[in-house]
Amino acid sequence: MGPLIPNGIIPIEWDSIIAILIGIAFGFILESSGFSSSRKLAGVFYGYDFAVLKVFFTAGIVALIGIYYMDYLGFLDVAQLYVHPTYLWGAIIGGVIMGVGFVAGGFCPGTSLCAVAIGKIDAIIYVLGIMIGVFIFSEFYPLFDELYTGSFLGNITLVDSLGVSPYWLIFIFAIIAIIAFVVADFVGKKIKKVFY
Amino acid sequence: MNLENQNKHTYWNPYFGGFLFGLVIIFTFYMTGRGLGASGAMKSTVVAVVDTVAPTHAENNEYYSKFISEDKSPLDTWLIFEVIGVLLGAFISGGLSGRIGWRVQHSPKITSKRRLIFALIGGILFGLGAQIARGCTSGAALSGLAVLSTGGIITMLAIFGTAYLAAYFFRKNWI
Repeated sequence: MGPLIPNGIIPIEWDSIIAILIGIAFGFILESSGFSSSRKLAGVFYGYDFAVLKVFFTAGIVALIGIYYMDYLGFLDVAQLYVHPTYLWGAIIGGVIMGVGFVAGGFCPGTSLCAVAIGKIDAIIYVLGIMIGVFIFSEFYPLFDELYTGSFLGNITLVDSLGVSPYWLIFIFAIIAIIAFVVADFVGKKIKKVFY
Repeated sequence: MNLENQNKHTYWNPYFGGFLFGLVIIFTFYMTGRGLGASGAMKSTVVAVVDTVAPTHAENNEYYSKFISEDKSPLDTWLIFEVIGVLLGAFISGGLSGRIGWRVQHSPKITSKRRLIFALIGGILFGLGAQIARGCTSGAALSGLAVLSTGGIITMLAIFGTAYLAAYFFRKNWI
């Protein structure tokens, strides 16, 4: 039963090789979906291109349904999967800072790497910026320590937080996604086209 | 296929791309028990650079020292290998569609210099935010959503919510 590498079904030596293969698929899909273009990405915030919303939400819902379905069928044990930990204020404030960074720079880290790969100079500068950001955080770490390690709620999921069955949550997320897609297409028709 | 008629901006249908992307996330969790990431690799790079240039400083710093061990390089992480793959995959995709070339992409209403300055500012903010939230759009938001992580979903809402609120102030750069 999965996950395969942590359970020793596939030897740990394969870990790095699988990482590269997964990365290739990840990079290929992002670039082919147009995520190497900051102007396409930023479109989601101005309503002239909703690719980010559609790709992101479709990927999230497909992954969510797939993972829980594999768990239901007994191929994968959800309880063994790594759950991103919840540091409440870190999650909120970090997200707010990233949100401003997203609309200022037009990329997020993953998409900027795709743009670097095809020679976008603005993306190279953006990646340098990320590294400077990491450097600032590390050098001034004592300032951020409380935010970084405080308000820790554990590796919790919405199932723990809300006490709702995961299947209901997945169903609700899928409905939200469909509504978001319909609204996006409706808004997209009303907004002046931007050519890029 | 007639190469001259190929449009460089013809991208995949977003639902098709999203569906394949979702399958990659499922595969990643099925294989490794963890999700995807991106900013973590950049953090490892910074740690490796500081550890090379100023090893004592890195060991004495409370944050860098979390990622430094005696027996292996800070670059020997899963995410570094994954990111090497991302660069390769994006290069292959861009190459097949004729999108490779050195350029600064920006709205015709702004200069390249302005675009680069905002790219730098955006990068710095994203790098800082990704440390505070322990992950970026890939590692926290998307991989978090895939396993219903409360923190990941909060970060996702904070990123996109703030970006919409801040969009007005940056509109000259894009529209």
